[in-house]
Amino acid sequence: MSSHTASSSNVGNGSGDSGVPKRNSKRPKYSKFTQQELPACKPILTPRWVVSTFMLIAIVFIPIGIACLIGSRDVVEVVERYETECIPVLNRTDKVQFIQSDADKTCTISMTIPKRMKQPIYVYYQLDNFYQNHRRYVKSRSDEQLKSASKENDTSACKPEDIANGRGAIVPCGLIAWSLFNDTYSFSRQNQSLTVNKKGIAWKSDKQKRFGKNVFPKNFQGGGLVGGATLNESIPLNEQEDLMVWMRTAALPTFRKLYGKIEVDLEEKEVINVTLMNYYNTYSFNGKKKLVLSTTSWIGGRNDFLGIAYLTVGMISFALSMGFTIVYFVKPRRLGDPTFLSWNRGPGSH
Amino acid sequence: MARGRIRERLRRSHLHPFSCLRPNANNSEGPNPLQGPGFSRIVHCNQPLKHQKKPLKYCSNYISTTKYNIVTFLPKALYEQFHRLANLYFLVAAALSLTAVTPFTPLSMILPLAFVVGLSMAKEALEDWRRFAQDMKVNSRKASVHKEGGVFGYKPWQKIQVGDVVKVEKDQFFPADLLLLSTSYDDGICYVETMNLDGETNLKVKRSLDVTLPLEDDESFKNFTGIIKCEDPNPSLYTFVGNFEYERQVYPLDPSQILLRDSKLRNTSYVYGVVIFTGFDSKVMQNSTKSPSKRSKIEKKMDKIIYILLSLLVLISSISSIGFAVKIKYQMPKWEYMQPLIDNNLYDPGNPGKSGIAHLITALILYGYLIPISLYVSIEIVKVFQARFINQDIHMYDEETGNTAQARTSNLNEELGQVETILSDKTGTLTCNQMDFLKCSIAGTAYGVRSTEIELAAAKQIAMDLEEQDTQNINVPRYMKSANKEDSRGGPEIELESVITSKCENDQKPAIKGFNFEDSRLMHGHWLNEPNQEALLLFFRILAICQTAVPELNEESGMFTYEAESPDEAAFLAAAREFGFEFYKRTQSSVFIREKYAHPGRLIEREFKILNLLEFTSKRKRMSVIVQDEDGQILLLCKGADSIIFDRLSKNGRIHEETTTKHLTEYGEVGLRTLALAYKKLDEPEYSAWNNEFVKAKTSFSIDREAMFERVADMMEKDLILVGATAVEDKLQKGCIDKLAQAGLKIWVLTGDKMETAINIGYSCSLLRQGMKRICITVMNSDVVAQDSKQAAKENILMQLTNSSQMVKLEKDPHAAYALVIDGKTLTYALEDDMKHHFLALAVGCASVICCRVSPKQKALVTRLVKEGTKKTTLAIGDGANDVGMIQEADIGVGISGVEGMQAVMASDFSISQFRFLERLLVVHGHWCYKRIAQMICYFFYKNIAFGLTLFYFEAFTAFSGQSIYNDWYMLLFNVILTSLPVISLGVFEQDVSSEVCLQFPALYQQGTKNLFFDWYRILGWMGNGLYSSLVIFILNIVIFYNQAFRAGGQTADMAAVGATMFSCIICVVNFQMALTMSHFTWIQHLFVWGSIATWFLFLFLYGLMPPYYSGDVYKLLAEALGPAPIYWSTILLVTVACILPYLVHISFQRCFNPMDHHIIQEIKYYRKDVEDQHMWRRERSKARQETKIGFTARVDAKIRQLKGKLQKKSSTSVSQNCMPSPS
Repeated sequence: MSSHTASSSNVGNGSGDSGVPKRNSKRPKYSKFTQQELPACKPILTPRWVVSTFMLIAIVFIPIGIACLIGSRDVVEVVERYETECIPVLNRTDKVQFIQSDADKTCTISMTIPKRMKQPIYVYYQLDNFYQNHRRYVKSRSDEQLKSASKENDTSACKPEDIANGRGAIVPCGLIAWSLFNDTYSFSRQNQSLTVNKKGIAWKSDKQKRFGKNVFPKNFQGGGLVGGATLNESIPLNEQEDLMVWMRTAALPTFRKLYGKIEVDLEEKEVINVTLMNYYNTYSFNGKKKLVLSTTSWIGGRNDFLGIAYLTVGMISFALSMGFTIVYFVKPRRLGDPTFLSWNRGPGSH
Repeated sequence: MARGRIRERLRRSHLHPFSCLRPNANNSEGPNPLQGPGFSRIVHCNQPLKHQKKPLKYCSNYISTTKYNIVTFLPKALYEQFHRLANLYFLVAAALSLTAVTPFTPLSMILPLAFVVGLSMAKEALEDWRRFAQDMKVNSRKASVHKEGGVFGYKPWQKIQVGDVVKVEKDQFFPADLLLLSTSYDDGICYVETMNLDGETNLKVKRSLDVTLPLEDDESFKNFTGIIKCEDPNPSLYTFVGNFEYERQVYPLDPSQILLRDSKLRNTSYVYGVVIFTGFDSKVMQNSTKSPSKRSKIEKKMDKIIYILLSLLVLISSISSIGFAVKIKYQMPKWEYMQPLIDNNLYDPGNPGKSGIAHLITALILYGYLIPISLYVSIEIVKVFQARFINQDIHMYDEETGNTAQARTSNLNEELGQVETILSDKTGTLTCNQMDFLKCSIAGTAYGVRSTEIELAAAKQIAMDLEEQDTQNINVPRYMKSANKEDSRGGPEIELESVITSKCENDQKPAIKGFNFEDSRLMHGHWLNEPNQEALLLFFRILAICQTAVPELNEESGMFTYEAESPDEAAFLAAAREFGFEFYKRTQSSVFIREKYAHPGRLIEREFKILNLLEFTSKRKRMSVIVQDEDGQILLLCKGADSIIFDRLSKNGRIHEETTTKHLTEYGEVGLRTLALAYKKLDEPEYSAWNNEFVKAKTSFSIDREAMFERVADMMEKDLILVGATAVEDKLQKGCIDKLAQAGLKIWVLTGDKMETAINIGYSCSLLRQGMKRICITVMNSDVVAQDSKQAAKENILMQLTNSSQMVKLEKDPHAAYALVIDGKTLTYALEDDMKHHFLALAVGCASVICCRVSPKQKALVTRLVKEGTKKTTLAIGDGANDVGMIQEADIGVGISGVEGMQAVMASDFSISQFRFLERLLVVHGHWCYKRIAQMICYFFYKNIAFGLTLFYFEAFTAFSGQSIYNDWYMLLFNVILTSLPVISLGVFEQDVSSEVCLQFPALYQQGTKNLFFDWYRILGWMGNGLYSSLVIFILNIVIFYNQAFRAGGQTADMAAVGATMFSCIICVVNFQMALTMSHFTWIQHLFVWGSIATWFLFLFLYGLMPPYYSGDVYKLLAEALGPAPIYWSTILLVTVACILPYLVHISFQRCFNPMDHHIIQEIKYYRKDVEDQHMWRRERSKARQETKIGFTARVDAKIRQLKGKLQKKSSTSVSQNCMPSPS
């Protein structure tokens, strides 16, 4: 046996002569990467880090929260729900029938301004229970067709509102466009009408790139069913801002869309009269309609939640920071204290 | 068993003086009548042309271990890929995405799948290519083959055919199974090393038939022909049945003429052989079983989680499709803006059931993001990197063999971190299998001053402890301190000192193989001045003569090396040579010794006639030779296990018994292998009377010949006179099992050795130690083969098992350690179905288990028993083909790649070149890989739940219509790019503690064994975190972007804006979460984590710049709408913090009140406390070692206790003369 080891060492030597270079090449080259010794920072959560992290969160969040709240409180918002009011009392038993009839749908409501509103005042309509995010609905549009006249017949996605019977493609096609909101509002205060600027409510990108300037409405609302507003066939799509706003589908079944801007200040206690044409049928699905006047601040519209959420998280962090401080004082654990190692603790404590 | 007998006979034929009297049992039987199925092979020797067509066309010598070939790769690899449920799900989803029900564009479904599957397949292909290259290396090895007319030429192995005559030279492997024709030795002997086949390292003798002896040079094969009729290919390595028809005579063949592929020719300059079995027909290939594909426990558990997620997916899909159907039925008809009555095949209010079912498919695809599609591929990428790190680890590179560690399969990396039980082979695995003659006791005097490793370690530890006491306890007597200062010489404690000083000596390696003895009283002829000169002379002669080795002159050094049966024997011969008794020649009947010092100044060559040789068998535990010296004096020289020898001493031979026993105990304590030597003088008539009996016994044909022989031998081996005892150290492989034991691993040794050897090894590698309670389970006399006795044996074993279990159970002393020793024969019973649980229960209760005399099959069975019985991860490690079964059966198989072309390595999952690397492989790489993979998987589920559920919540607001709020591209990128790189970098680079700390605190390994990082608690915690995050992300976003304007310009948020904001939140949340999960940031992690967030914003920006034709709603979204809006950024900040807050609290809290071990160590390292307070660091390191009952440390502790006790005693008496440590 020993001679085996002896001779095996001979073998080793014998082959070693030829194998030396080969052997060296087999030796792994040292590099910090392959030896997993790359320099690294190994942060650990020391009490100081814990307390100061939570404190930092608190310090950052609470001011932001306050700022958001202030920003939100600056916003003045007036909301007027009108879908029932604007149906004559007699017709309220069958609203759907009324809205689909040819009866006069003019309706006047008045809004009281609670607080001075600085211009620009944004006018929104808000629909409830309207699933603009439904898959059937969302998919039913043709971006190509909206963009360029040459893609007019690109309507495959637009079913069921793609082609008008015998008259070719509908422009703009699809359910979204077809169901374009068509209530209109005109405002007046003290019998003096307020102009509503309907320009500049759509995204610039929509106007410039997504809706073509030589695409004109065609066969729109020409079918048996009329879903909503009609479009002026002489105005190219990139100037139909209502359509552009409408076609940005909302994420939730309750949504507001920009209707226009009132570019004068409204004073506190002022009463605004709105003459509205209540055309849009939300009655079949019990959808609410609201008219909203709102100013904005840097965080947009009225949104207390963001500020409250910031304050809450900030407060929680502050509490945690305090809590951990107390804990570290009351029951300190020296960092790196070996008595906490599992083998120094009683059995089963781990 | 058959193999053993064959070997014995072979050996006798070579060495035995009575070889002429060998019963020719085989010849009298005549050739086997070879008929019937199983014996159809016909080989036309030297006529390979005859084997080129059927039916004599046999398979070629080409071997292939690849999984695929060019044709089968695609279908097979695809099948492998879609075998996984998750991938299959995605395949179906991708197929369905081509239909109308899809919520996404088909591309966004197909692209990630193609990417993921393509990557996995590329990896498969690469791995298979490597296997192919390896095969090609073997196939293209050259062998010298007879071409024509006595000319030999080189041919690659793969071209070798059945019937070829092959010439194999020294130290070459046999290219196929050969029939040995002739060798460079006149008598047709050759030596073969079969290590690759059965793991045995000793040489085996093969012997050609006498008739083929004349074929001794190339020329003689010019006209050589012959026909071999033999058995069909089969996997049995130790049997062979066949006939050789040569010159119109038929000769029977047996395994001693067969040279097996992958064994190696040794000590013989060349042999000629005829190829019988080639390629897959060869025995070694027949033996190789397909390695089962193994999967780690974590991965199996991960599958379970995927099933859970799939059920969750089905659940929410059903909810959503029921909701859809309800909405369609009751509300859809009212939604005039959707023209519900026209062209509504998927949204048919008239048939909500059908629409609901169609929607179920949509929903199943939509919520598919719950299942992380990139999980498998990410894990695979990570594992490839991890495997590379293992392969490249410079600390696992063996300078001697030039081998690195190899992760041969990468799917078990994390399993390395969870090993509970190691099943180890012995030879070459635990020990170096290199014996050093270290000490001896001759005529009651102990010689040899070198210390064993254990003594050294004990001394060192004591010195350290005392130093510590010094600092703590001033009352320690002065001299004790001085005694332990290494430089002090005047201390009264000679023992300790000798131990300590010899430490320095030990640094010089023994110059001579097998000899590590140091004692001036014996060396260089000084023994002549010793009082017991006679005994010494005898002792040396016994060493030199009582053996069966073959001397071999090493031409370079002019020294003799020895080809011996056992390494002990070689060590004895080396020792004898160093003492001046050089064994230099052996003939059939004599041993020649050169004596150097007996007559000063002169070399005397002496011949000892060997009259008889009484072999060593495991039963006899001794061997004797009867020799006649030149004066005609007949001597019986005997060496054997001390207990056996002591039983056979004559009355006047026991003079030194007491002292020798004492020495033997000491040797045993420090792990040395001991043998006792004895002799007796015989007179002529006494001998010849006995010899007659002996010859009769040897030549008898009766069944009980063995018994007769034994009885006769017994008659001779009695009334011996004790000469002394030897102590040989079997050097352990460095760092052996100690650290592994400290890491809390249980170690079983499965060895083919005899029980005594196994126990000896157990002692020397510290699996066993004095004071351990040893339970030996053996079967009582199993010689009689009868049915009822089998039953009796079984009952007997069962009784032993239950008794022992009872004993273990009732043990009160917590420090009591049990060792179980069981032999192979008993194991056959113990492994039967009705017994194995008793056996396992007992074995689990024992600190160490040694199974000896086990067959490869039993090794595998034991492994399976442990694996299935304990449900814990098992690791099998071995180096020979006999370990293949075990390696394949275990959860992880590790092969030791010392020698090239190893079977064990081929079957293994990992190969290392020395056992000691196992520590690093497990404790460092295993630990890391386990944590990495565990964290990675948890995180994967977290992020996909956090993301996937937001899709579901949104559904509730879209009337369950199957609309997603996110752009298809976001979703496509989510798994593939935006969140995968950080988690991959976690899987590749994360280190909780550095490798040094892992090694210093092996107890950290327990985190893996206890599965602290992938238990259900943690998994569900992560899932809960995902659920929480998804809720926070969704609710906050929806409320913030409810209906009011989101910027000063008055615009309200559309779906694209809300979707993009929500997705930005998700990306930030999951990446910050990732950053919190990591504890180790190199620039790579920084790059990936922060880079992923940056990539998202960059993507959103660039995507928005693309023409609206491609970008749709996203056109200029960031640049125009979201970017300038403060609410967008403040939402991201709010959501991110709100989402990670609970986790942050959790980890702060955990670290504060319930820190885990690695937390503390991180802190110690962070504050550099280990440098400042080295004392504490050292103390913790020693404490961190598990309470081990086995292993070196336990041994050292025992030794320390003993020495300390002695110190106490000595300090009171202050007297000491003894040079050797004596047991107190």
